[in-house]
Formats: sequence, C-alpha cells, structure tokens
Amino acid sequence: MKHAVALFFLLMSVWLLNSGHYTVLITSFGIASCLLVVWLSRRMGIVDDEALPLHLLPGLPRYLPWIVKEVVKSNLDTSRRILSLGRPDISPRLFDAPTTQHSDLGRVIYANSITLTPGTVSIRVHGTKITVHAIADAVADDLLEGEMDRRVTLLEGETE
Amino acid sequence: MANPIEVLSWVFILSGSIFVIIGGIGLLRLPDFYTRIHAAGITDTLGAWLILLGLMLHEGFSLNAAKLAMLLFFLLATGPLASHALAKAAFLRGLDPLQGRGLVDRHEVDDNA
Repeated sequence: MKHAVALFFLLMSVWLLNSGHYTVLITSFGIASCLLVVWLSRRMGIVDDEALPLHLLPGLPRYLPWIVKEVVKSNLDTSRRILSLGRPDISPRLFDAPTTQHSDLGRVIYANSITLTPGTVSIRVHGTKITVHAIADAVADDLLEGEMDRRVTLLEGETE
Repeated sequence: MANPIEVLSWVFILSGSIFVIIGGIGLLRLPDFYTRIHAAGITDTLGAWLILLGLMLHEGFSLNAAKLAMLLFFLLATGPLASHALAKAAFLRGLDPLQGRGLVDRHEVDDNA
C-alpha cells in the first residue's frame, strides 16, 4: 500500500509538471489517469521494493552529491587522456570487480554507477562479480580500491 | 554588465559544449570500440548535464526548469543503460578489447604463440 501511494504521488507530480493546464476538468483527468495506472500496476504485481525502491531514499542525499563529484572528476580525467599530445594516454584493461551488495538492485546500482563515470564501463554481471572495461590502469586500480562499492552498499542499507 | 545569472548560464552552456566536442574528438582519436564508449560517456554525462544546467539557469524558476530537471534525471538513469547495452552486445558477440599500453589484442597474442 505504501508503494501504491508513493507511485500515485510520483505519477501525479510528473503529470502536474508536464501538463501546465490546471483547470478542474483537465486536472481531474490527470488524477483519473494516475489512479488507473496505479491500479493496473498493482494488478500486474509490479508495485514492490524493486520497482519503487523507497528504502533507498534516506541514503540518497549522501550518495548523489558523491557520485556527481566522481562523475565530474572522471570526466576531467578522461578528457585529459583523450586530449593528451601525441597518442591518447590510455592503457585499457578488462577485469572483474568484486561486489559487496546483498541484493540484485544494489548490484544494478553499482554497475550503473560504474558505467555512469566515464573511463569505466560495466560489461556484464556474473554471480557477485562485475566485468568492467577501464580506459587506463590507474582508473581500474581506483575502482578496485572499492570506495564506490562501499558507498553503494551503504546506500542499499540493511535490507532483507 | 549583463545579468550575472545569464552570464553563468552561458558559461555552463559553453563549457558543456566543449565537453561534447571533447567526446567527439575522443570518438575519433581512441583506437577501438570499448575505449570509444568512454568518450561517448563524456558527451552523455558532463556535456549534457552542463548544457541542461545552463538552460535551467536561463529559464529561471519556472515549469520549464522543472521539466529540464526531469530530463536531467532521465538522462542520469538511461545514459549508463545505453552504454552498457552497447558494450554488452559487443562483448557477447566476441569483440575483444585492445588491452594495455601497447593496445594488444589478446587473441592475436594467442595466435602468434
């Protein structure tokens, strides 16, 4: 039920932000369509912790600024490697990164965070390991230090 | 002197454009498919973010700015997905990345041995 209510408010805010028409008739159409979508989603059984990870919200204010900072840092680093005189300053490497998350959702967030930072791309998840392609050895070593892994696990919290 | 917010907005838009161009240069300079994904990543993240931020400042506090913020969020969620889908497709089809300083293809090394 908690998730259904949250889903309704989420849909409603998207509707309100995108509509721009706030007459009674149009707004009630909006409310009706959001309710319809919530009802359909519940019938499909997709309104759960995985589709709407409310339990992640408390950790987000700490994780988001950090990941944005990391993305900016790695953008500058990758730009420098691309623009270096002579040949691009790269030494690509394919390796497995261990993960410490205890849910699929946690691993998905970690893998997506890896891909989001330029210089590292997650290629596949097998078991608890993520195969990663890094643009340079230094970038790979940085990831293997595991700060991002720790922070995602922290964000994931004590679920299950 | 122009409105400082307007100036800031242009600074964001221009620096975003510079990162988009760097991504394009990377696409040309880097040697293989996997390394080029990293260059595309620059365009996808900082380039697009800075341009959107600049546009948001330009719009001021309005419904359009909120829509741009939504766009920022969707980009955050879908950007890595697209990069990953490309990388995984190439990997599963057996495209081997060039590796190390010397950009060696592991397969060629095995063949020569």
